[in-house]
Amino acid sequence: MFDALTTAFQKLFRSLRGRGVLTEENIREALREVRTTLLEADVPFDLVKTFTDRVRARVLGQEVGSSLSPGQQFIQCVYEEMAALLGSTAEELAMGGSPGTLLLCGLHGSGKTTTAGKLARWLAERRGRRVLLAAGDLRRPAAADQLGVLAAQVGAALVRPEPGESLAEFGVRALSHARVGGNDFVIFDTGGRFQMDHDLLAELGELRRAVKPANIVLVVDAAMGQESVHVAEGFHRAVGLTGLILTKLDGDARGGAALSIRSVTGRPILFTGTGEKLDQLEPFYPDRMASRILGMGDVLSFVEKAQEVVDEATARTLERKIRRNTFTLEDFLVQYRQMQKMGPLEKVLEMIPGASRLTSDRKATDEMKRFVKKAEAIILSMTPRERRNPEILNGSRRARIARGSGTQVQDVNEVLRQFKQAKLLAQRMGQMQKKLRMRF
Amino acid sequence: MMGWRNALSRTRRAMAEGLRALFRAGRPDERTMETLEETLIRADVPPRVASALLEEARQVREGESFSDRLSAAMKRALGAPSPDLLSAPQGAIRVILLAGVNGAGKTTTAAKLARRLLKAGGKPLLAAADTFRAAGSQQLQIWAERVPCECVGGPMGADPAAVAFDAVRASVSRGAHAVIVDTAGRMHTRDALMAELQKVGRSVGKALPGAPHEVWLVLDATIGANALSQARHFHATLPLTGLIVAKLDGSAKAGFVLGIRRELNIPVRYAGLGEGMDDLVPFDPDAFVQAILGASEGEV
Repeated sequence: MFDALTTAFQKLFRSLRGRGVLTEENIREALREVRTTLLEADVPFDLVKTFTDRVRARVLGQEVGSSLSPGQQFIQCVYEEMAALLGSTAEELAMGGSPGTLLLCGLHGSGKTTTAGKLARWLAERRGRRVLLAAGDLRRPAAADQLGVLAAQVGAALVRPEPGESLAEFGVRALSHARVGGNDFVIFDTGGRFQMDHDLLAELGELRRAVKPANIVLVVDAAMGQESVHVAEGFHRAVGLTGLILTKLDGDARGGAALSIRSVTGRPILFTGTGEKLDQLEPFYPDRMASRILGMGDVLSFVEKAQEVVDEATARTLERKIRRNTFTLEDFLVQYRQMQKMGPLEKVLEMIPGASRLTSDRKATDEMKRFVKKAEAIILSMTPRERRNPEILNGSRRARIARGSGTQVQDVNEVLRQFKQAKLLAQRMGQMQKKLRMRF
Repeated sequence: MMGWRNALSRTRRAMAEGLRALFRAGRPDERTMETLEETLIRADVPPRVASALLEEARQVREGESFSDRLSAAMKRALGAPSPDLLSAPQGAIRVILLAGVNGAGKTTTAAKLARRLLKAGGKPLLAAADTFRAAGSQQLQIWAERVPCECVGGPMGADPAAVAFDAVRASVSRGAHAVIVDTAGRMHTRDALMAELQKVGRSVGKALPGAPHEVWLVLDATIGANALSQARHFHATLPLTGLIVAKLDGSAKAGFVLGIRRELNIPVRYAGLGEGMDDLVPFDPDAFVQAILGASEGEV
């Protein structure tokens, strides 16, 4: 998927080289690829059409900027439109009311109960709330037990429904339970239901009228397909959503459902679920989501991060060295260490377009990590003179270095080989950095 | 069968009328093709598979209506209906392993499969090997009481491979016809969890040579393109012998199974059509195709 879009963009770059403007003809193929990419990312059909129409209108009407090539203009436009649709970061829960209230709803298996546990933990730790979890799934066997286990894990209180109690009755009782028990926030978990099941939606509506929750949150599986529009519409009409939580983002679903739900309800995406553990609840980052849906990698975050850790002076020195071809093993080591400063290798790779795929290949990243460590030991075992003039490394020097660093001679050779490649790569990166700086 | 038709009738939309009009025309023009492509994509048929199916339908011999050709191409892609393995108890004990991502519907499906075998006169046994999820084992125990059948489980945090091993041994000694192993939901992208699933597979093989006889992937009907990635990863972990599409009673049409069948050649065995214990039916390719194309019976 990523490859298709990248290829299309590259073709676009080539075909636009030397031309001043984007025209209907020269963007047609790129737009078609954007369409396929979006459909394969589960962006709903109608939205894809609106989206490509908007992009077309915008790029064709655009004044030609001085710093951007037409190809860059096109990509930037696609990216910006996508991020705009996804909304902004830092949306908050409504904390008012005594107690504060939050209702979770959604389809079966979307992750409501686990999310309830995660929210309880977040509210307790970040907002100092004493949370009561209300187990409002009246149908699934052992649903209350499941929530009970989670409540115990996060130190929240739990209230269970009684036999014969309606959902609304249970809700009212949970509220008074909270007041009596000294809980200042209640999270209502509810059973999974389809958006077209009128009886069950009516049940949810009754609960809403009875407890008037300040937050009504739809929980959505990031892998949801074309139905996302109908699901969002159905729930929004029935209970009036105030926000959304996107779950299972630790998988490889591209998450086009996020777009439709945002655009249908106009409500913000509050959090994302990124794992089974209770601390795996993260804020929503529209720019990352845009990149994910487009399969572009988290270019922006990568550039930001790189700018953060690679201090300008060092970068300039490196660049100069590369240009003069005086890049040495010492510089190589500096580069390695800067990469390490950017965080765990997986996280860094995740942000690089095309390399995101690598991170799911645990073996490859483990290998790389081991290599980085070895390389560091090997370079540190060299004398300063050797680091500056690797050509003097004959057999006996290499054997000494291997002994000193606890590695094999083959490893030393490998590092030297990689160094030569890095010299080349560094040259290219220098050029790329310039380009990126122009783009963002 | 009634369950299926009733459930699917809920999914029919106004589009059906428009499609029928187009079908009558016979030879498709560009607009017809676009409308049909849209119909397929809206049903979560992967875009590239949708184009391929339309192309195939176009190349079928003249004479039939285009609707027949497209529907035939889709049915051919799905393959012949699979035999209902639970319709009659067989002599040898069968070990059926259920796998899937979190929230796909494995536990409910496990209970429904047990119920199906029980009603056919067989003796099922449920193995609650979901020892990760909070109260995952209790959930299946409660289902087992309702089926009713025996259930072998373990405490939360127990080794699922050990639970599965015990359950298979128990089913041999208790003379069960089939043991249905419910496993914990796992993201297909997590290597460690996929390795754990492989271990469950090996462990039931040690308890009973030849097991597992079936490995079925449970897929949520409401997901989209990611279904293919899920199927690929699980298939690479433990070769899948079938799919079960859960929650097909909603408005989602699960067109992704066409993509999975094309790429990995895994047949769909059953469809889940509700929360009730009896709401699981053998997968019916005709009804499935009809639901996607939205055409009413007799007119396709």
